[in-house]
Amino acid sequence: MSLRVDGLTVYYRTLRGDVKAVDGASFSIGDGEIMGLAGESGCGKSSLGKSLIRMDVRMKHVAGRVELDGRELPIADDAKMNAFRFREVSIVPQYSMSALTPTRKVGTIAQELLESRDVAFDTVKPELVRRLTLVGLSEDVLDRYPIELSGGMKQRTVMVISTLLDPSLLIADEITSALDVSSQRAVGELLVEFRDREFVKSMIVITHDLAILYQVADTILVMYAGKLAEKASAQTIVRAPRHPYTRLLISSLPEVGVRFAETRLAGIPGKPPSLLAPPVGCRFRDRCPLAFAKCEEEPPFVELEPGHEVACWRAAA
Amino acid sequence: MSVTEPPQRVAVSGEAVAGPAHPATAAVVEPGAPVAPQIHSEFLHFALRNWKFVVGASVVLGCLVVALVGPLLTDHTPLEFTGPTDQPPSSEYWFGTTSYGQDVYSQFVHGLRAAFLVGGLGGGIAWVLGASVGFTAGYRGGWIDDILNMLTNVVLVIPTLAILIIVAAYLEIQSYSAEAVIIGLTSWPWAARAVRSQTFSLKTREFVDLARLSGRSTRQILTTELAPNMSSYLLMMFILLFGGAILIGASLDFLGLGPSESISLGLMMNNSFLASALLLGSWWWFLPPGLGIVALVGGLYVMNVGLDEVFNPKLRET
Amino acid sequence: MLRYLSRKAAIYLLTFFVAVTIDWAIPRFMPGDPIEGLLSRMHAQPGSEQALSGYYSQAFGFDVPLWQQYLNFWAALFRGDLGVSITNFPTPVSELIMSALPYTLALLLPAILLSFWAGNKVGALAARRKVLDNTVLPASYVLTATPQMWLGIVLAWLFASTWAIFPVSGAYGLDIQPAWSLEFALSFLYHWILPFSALFLVAFGGWAIGMRNMIIYELESDYSNYLAALGAPSKLVRKYAYRNALLPQITGLALALGAVVAGAIVVEIVFSYPGLGTLTLSAIQNRDYFLIQGIFLFLITGVLIANFVIDIAYVVIDPRTRIGMQGS
Repeated sequence: MSLRVDGLTVYYRTLRGDVKAVDGASFSIGDGEIMGLAGESGCGKSSLGKSLIRMDVRMKHVAGRVELDGRELPIADDAKMNAFRFREVSIVPQYSMSALTPTRKVGTIAQELLESRDVAFDTVKPELVRRLTLVGLSEDVLDRYPIELSGGMKQRTVMVISTLLDPSLLIADEITSALDVSSQRAVGELLVEFRDREFVKSMIVITHDLAILYQVADTILVMYAGKLAEKASAQTIVRAPRHPYTRLLISSLPEVGVRFAETRLAGIPGKPPSLLAPPVGCRFRDRCPLAFAKCEEEPPFVELEPGHEVACWRAAA
Repeated sequence: MSVTEPPQRVAVSGEAVAGPAHPATAAVVEPGAPVAPQIHSEFLHFALRNWKFVVGASVVLGCLVVALVGPLLTDHTPLEFTGPTDQPPSSEYWFGTTSYGQDVYSQFVHGLRAAFLVGGLGGGIAWVLGASVGFTAGYRGGWIDDILNMLTNVVLVIPTLAILIIVAAYLEIQSYSAEAVIIGLTSWPWAARAVRSQTFSLKTREFVDLARLSGRSTRQILTTELAPNMSSYLLMMFILLFGGAILIGASLDFLGLGPSESISLGLMMNNSFLASALLLGSWWWFLPPGLGIVALVGGLYVMNVGLDEVFNPKLRET
Repeated sequence: MLRYLSRKAAIYLLTFFVAVTIDWAIPRFMPGDPIEGLLSRMHAQPGSEQALSGYYSQAFGFDVPLWQQYLNFWAALFRGDLGVSITNFPTPVSELIMSALPYTLALLLPAILLSFWAGNKVGALAARRKVLDNTVLPASYVLTATPQMWLGIVLAWLFASTWAIFPVSGAYGLDIQPAWSLEFALSFLYHWILPFSALFLVAFGGWAIGMRNMIIYELESDYSNYLAALGAPSKLVRKYAYRNALLPQITGLALALGAVVAGAIVVEIVFSYPGLGTLTLSAIQNRDYFLIQGIFLFLITGVLIANFVIDIAYVVIDPRTRIGMQGS
């Protein structure tokens, strides 16, 4: 499958005006590719992910086109999108711990959900059980209430349910944020396994944690203040990033085994601009150590080498 | 559901306080992020734009004006047998007269005053009691919480009117202040439960932990962190208790257990009913007191819903 | 689950104990001599005061020490002996209460159950239909702010006095005797409609508002969002939301019981309905202390039992209490 996103622009309606959460995002994902979507809080990555499956009531689609496997995804039309949800596009949400209603057994939830989507539960139940076993859960999870399961168990259950119909695109939204490090690793490995077993064709893994992405993702897309900054293979992003923001991000990560007794951990001073009235030109300009006159003009997101796109005048030079 | 439910009238939405319909359990309002000091101007801005708040508050203020100014507009006193009996409204007697020749208008405005007294004092006492008990139980936790909780539950289950009947039957209430005190002393448990659960949820919030970590004293934490977040909740709670006290007082007066030497809206209903006003068709006697209560209490409830929307941006309709 | 229920039962028993004690204590600790107060209000004949005083001393048990009076009270309670009514001498209080109880239950039970069911359904509907919301909500606020007895008066005035559609008082026609006959049933129903409506409408308003708010809250929950993200039809989402919203409403039902009972009392008075309400009024007016005390205890017990029943229902419906996980 392939995903092509062209100039996607999504705003949030607020009392004070439109928050330009995602502005002109264009990228594509190939068949079997796990793309990490990284950036700090508020950069628009979650909004981007959400917009591909279900828009919040406050979100509005301003411009852009999304194509999945050659077919257009009607992301602006809630009713039309329904045909694609769960079957072609699915999501493992940020709130997986509370994604299952507390007053129904897990099995009942799965059954009622599937049947409401015109899938006969009996036909998929064997596969459901098989996959639950795969992620380390026993069949009697189906007979339990969500409150009887631990956080990790619920997470894995939701992962299984969300991917049960073998969607083309899976959006994993901050699924490791609430977990401890070893659980994070386990979940990351599960994601890769799902892809390898072709339960899911391609994935967008949204997180602020670059370390996980390095383990799991094939490519990484870095966002900043609603705009795409850089996209390249995971190796390239971590070892040879070209965008100043990415470079600062990577260098601000503590390395295992390195002691910082003498040097201070370098963060990135300043904070991202308000998206209500973002500045003209490159949005990283104010914090960028390499900014120069040209940065007042917005840099396009262009491919500098095969498979490596950057939006920066310096990098392009 | 927010805490906008009156104590025993409406089922409240869950722990969240929604409209006048949630009992304490359902009524914990989810306070948003920690409140900044600019809340006052922001509050007014949103409050005045919320039509529910405006309409409700206007009605309540209107009733207050009537209660304060009304009696001054007439020379008739509520209880004197001043005129012809069973007269419909006229220019002389604006709301007509009772079967005993009393001026209904005068009774009405004085009754409205009594309603404010009972609501304010009764609601106020319940509020102070409920908030203190609930807050102490919630904040201190442990065995203090267990004891207070048990006390609250015991008083909560006993039907308020039943207690009031017993007490009033033996005590012979002489004044509306006394009635208000008794009502206040019996209707606090609902408030205590609501405040307790709200305190629990606030206590475990990150900003309190942060404050503790930075070494602030309990008193400082209380005043700078918890109080602003609780204050909106407490305000709404007071409004509900105010309304609830009026309704309970009206029932008590209707049963003849209130003070007999003065007049209240409930007593008007009692008198009119006993004098067979509804069979005689003297609607001017029994309609106004009920309408007065509906307006005042309804206004309070609607105002509360508006306040809830002002304090909880999530509820506002964009 | 057992822990939860037994804890609740303990509270109720404690409450019962407290209530009985209050009931016993109040007449004895009120200012002034209760017997003298009683006699003066009774406007007894001058000569009979001595005899009456003696009788009441014995009836109240003032001739024995305080602690013994207390124990005697409990003993009598367990025997089902609530004393003898002063006004309806020599009818025992328990007999009066028992004959009035069916009428009160006939009003209360349907009013509680139907208003809960209808109010919640309409509230849930209003949560998703703007048009309905704009009418139901304001109406419900008005209803819930309405004193039940006043609504009873208005209904009686409109539908019984002005337009003589329904009878204005009583539980059944004057010319009919209570019996298991269609004639009686119809007459009963005919007399029952107005008082029932007064109770039903006010309670309905409350439930409708509560449910509407709960549903809105639940529709924004994580599980609702998850289902919607996976394309579940709104019908399914609403079904789950309703189920979850019902739980706090049931808790609310327990809390609202006191108010509904109070409402029933005053509404009965308006319609001279021969239930506990009218009994209470005459007891108060005649200062029939034994009767008042008996009714009080009866109400308390009834409410406690009802609370316990609701607690059981809650446990059945909410798996979280069954599994016994305590919230933080």
